[in-house]
Amino acid sequence: MKKGYRKERLDRGIKARTDDIFAICSPREIAYIALPRFIVIGALLMFPLLAVLTGIYWQNVLIITCTIALLALSWDLLASAGLVSLGQALFFGAGAYVTGFLSHHYGWPPILSVPAATVTGALLCTMLLYPVLRLRGIYFGLITFAMPLLMMRIVEATKILGGTEGLSGLAPLPGMKVELYVIITVTLVCVFGFRRLIDTDYGLVLRAIRDNDRAVMAGGINIQWYKTQAVFIAALPATFAGAFLTHHYQFVGMPAFALEYSILPLTSVIIGGTGSFAGAMLGAFILVPLSEVLRAFGTLRVVIYCLILLVFAIGLPEGIFHYIQRKYYQFERLVPVEEIKK
Amino acid sequence: MSQDLILKVSNLAKNFGGVKAVNDVSFELQEGEALGVIGPNGSGKSTLINLITGFVKPSGGRIIYRGENITGLPPYKIVSLGIARSFQMAKPFYNIPVFKNLIIPLYSSRARKLKGGAYGDRDEAAIHFLEDVGFERDSQVPYKAAGALPHGYLKRLELARCLTLEPDLIILDELFSGMSMSEIASILPLLAKIREEGKTLIMVEHRLRELFRVVDKAIVLNFGGKIAEGTSGEVMDNEEVRKAYLGSEVLSGA
Amino acid sequence: MIETVLIYGLVNSVTLILTAIGFSLTFGLSGIANFSHGGLYILSGYSAWMMMHYIGLPFALAAVLTVIQVGILGGLIYRAVIMPVRGIVLSEVVATFAVGVAILEFFRWRGFVTYDFNLPLFIKGSIGIAGVFIDYQRLFIIGIGLMLAVILWFFTHHTRIGLALRGMAQDEYTALSLGIESDWAATLSMALGAALAAVAAIIILPLGIISINMGYDVLLLALAVTILGGLESTNGLIVGCFILGYARVITGTYLGPEWMEVIYLAAIVLVLVVKPSGLCGKSKELEERV
Ligand SMILES: Nc1ncnc2c1ncn2[C@@H]1O[C@H](COP(=O)(O)OP(=O)(O)OP(=O)(O)O)[C@@H](O)[C@H]1O
Ligand SMILES: [Mg+2]
Repeated sequence: MKKGYRKERLDRGIKARTDDIFAICSPREIAYIALPRFIVIGALLMFPLLAVLTGIYWQNVLIITCTIALLALSWDLLASAGLVSLGQALFFGAGAYVTGFLSHHYGWPPILSVPAATVTGALLCTMLLYPVLRLRGIYFGLITFAMPLLMMRIVEATKILGGTEGLSGLAPLPGMKVELYVIITVTLVCVFGFRRLIDTDYGLVLRAIRDNDRAVMAGGINIQWYKTQAVFIAALPATFAGAFLTHHYQFVGMPAFALEYSILPLTSVIIGGTGSFAGAMLGAFILVPLSEVLRAFGTLRVVIYCLILLVFAIGLPEGIFHYIQRKYYQFERLVPVEEIKK
Repeated sequence: MSQDLILKVSNLAKNFGGVKAVNDVSFELQEGEALGVIGPNGSGKSTLINLITGFVKPSGGRIIYRGENITGLPPYKIVSLGIARSFQMAKPFYNIPVFKNLIIPLYSSRARKLKGGAYGDRDEAAIHFLEDVGFERDSQVPYKAAGALPHGYLKRLELARCLTLEPDLIILDELFSGMSMSEIASILPLLAKIREEGKTLIMVEHRLRELFRVVDKAIVLNFGGKIAEGTSGEVMDNEEVRKAYLGSEVLSGA
Repeated sequence: MIETVLIYGLVNSVTLILTAIGFSLTFGLSGIANFSHGGLYILSGYSAWMMMHYIGLPFALAAVLTVIQVGILGGLIYRAVIMPVRGIVLSEVVATFAVGVAILEFFRWRGFVTYDFNLPLFIKGSIGIAGVFIDYQRLFIIGIGLMLAVILWFFTHHTRIGLALRGMAQDEYTALSLGIESDWAATLSMALGAALAAVAAIIILPLGIISINMGYDVLLLALAVTILGGLESTNGLIVGCFILGYARVITGTYLGPEWMEVIYLAAIVLVLVVKPSGLCGKSKELEERV
């Protein structure tokens, strides 16, 4: 008989619970749960104050990161209701063009046009997607994939909204620090808000639609209407991101519907992990800065993303966030086992 | 008399491609009655239920519920009129606790009286309904993930989901299938109680002996068509029904 | 005018069929939405070009080799990338798309972006039909397209393998119990789809230059016609291609080329509003077995 060791994983005591309900007892345990959240919030809120260290370049990167994080959050909420979107660019572009239109033609200041574009854009997208909400899974995905690209063609062909040139010289936002705080706040509110929302009974209904829509129908719920609401709510952060970035660049054009606004959020969620919202955000905070670092590689960097994406989609389907979370709530120890020789 | 009529199905039909899953079926149901639907496998029983509850759009015919034409209405509207159903294949929401499964029907417009929230009155109501179908409040079972439930409990959960909607007409698709004799025995009093409350019942069933302890009369389907209707004795003695079931042990067991 | 529309509409429609048929076939046979379709299409073009210019093979041989090689690659993609995530639809799409984009962007990085990259025509020259001049290559496309459609129809309806694949698509469990292995069937369907993409590339690309962005367009077109015609339905694909093909040519001729893409979006949106499962879709999502 040979002695060997085996890793044993145990859940930490805090979550001694019945699947869903758990009680917290001591300050230490509260800290154990709250600390990761406060570190993230604190770090993000500190960032704009550290301009000396980060420089304007990384501040810009943070804005783009938050934009992609918002798109990824939007994706994750849709996916929670069983709607897998492959075209987040649709929402992004809608928000971008509405604010561009309001700002260019009516001279609305960003403080009005961004909120207006967020809501109107989300409404427009919801109306556009309403007829295809009955389709499930891949069917919905295929259609959302095609939509933004076709929108791009429409703008190109009809020359509305500035056509290929786009609308430039839009009103700027009032300064870097304000910009940063606005987008950071919105991102944090979205992450925690969505996490809260999906835990309520309303969120439960959405998740149930994803799991077994027939049972939800038999429960007397109009799933079409709930999906419509989910699309509208999920569209909000994405249209906001579009509107915000439009004023950041003071320009809106066909690239607002570009493929990268569909791919980057999706990649973020795959890297970070679906269903937790925090994973979506974490994914964006890994992916976007990484892509800045890889900028020197030219278009090879897109190939590198794709490989990363493949590795995660195949190798770690649960995503980084769930992995870390699992490790954080577990501890491992080695226990001796006796190997039986044949 | 006619005000007691709760459901009137006339000439209902459904074709799937070339298959006539339900073919020209008519029957009537009085308030408080219990009707059995029997027939060999693939005879269109589930399809009939799907038609009545709006899960499948009929190719022809009419369904009148309390004088109102409900043909082709979407499921949620039919539920809100007071018709609840269970599924032949009990598929719960696997990853959420058992009692949370009932939150979904409790969230429907028909049952939306409760406030609820993260852990609110709705949970209390859910556990109450679970108790009604024989779950024990203080055991671990109602708080476990629904995917871990044994089959018998899944069927009870299906039944609880129907009751949560406080329906007037309950339609149960093969509630007894896959249940042991003792499990069925423990559910029969529950069904009797439902009937005492004055609710109308439609039960699709293969277990005829148990079925006829609940229902007063039954209709028999074969190849989508109705071939007989009547009380247990009438149905069993019918020549055509015997032929339809020929060789199947169901009837000989009954 | 009307003759031009008729003939070029036909050319356009058949081109669409050829472009999309690989995608549609794979989807219909195994339910895999192969998002590397566009990447494989462009890869085929460059691969034939490289065989001709680096190794000096004649075009015909390069073409045949390319079709075989891309077909094998398709099967390999299934084995290496899709099989580990089979059944998780999102991961399938993401994984194949990653492969497609990786192929396209790799070529962009290697500098395959100039005007030097084009394939020779099979047959040079043109002919006048009813007063409309049309080059032989386009006639050739029509011929090949129709021939392929017939062969595929025969393959899926009358050969053992084809029937097995279709059985698989309709009812995986029954097929399994009949001894058809699903991974094998899916590998074959991916290989076939990829080979068809290569065939399309080799006979369509000679009409212009090979460009990376066309890879994305091809995927989009394939998606658009499959959505329009109804997913999973081959008849739908053909109907969808003819509608779009003619719609494009008609609007291009009478309204001006800038309207071509718009009409075609309008058609898709219209169909989706009226019948979300597409023209010939079976609307599976609404009438499922309980
Ligand atoms: N969505 C569908 N598409 C095509 N055919 C269907 C569909 N649903 C049911 N059918 C067919 O309709 C017929 C009746 O099926 P149904 O499920 O109603 O039978 P059943 O009486 O409930 O059988 P069982 O006792 O096995 O539950 C069968 O031949 C079945 O194949
Ligand atoms: Mg049945």
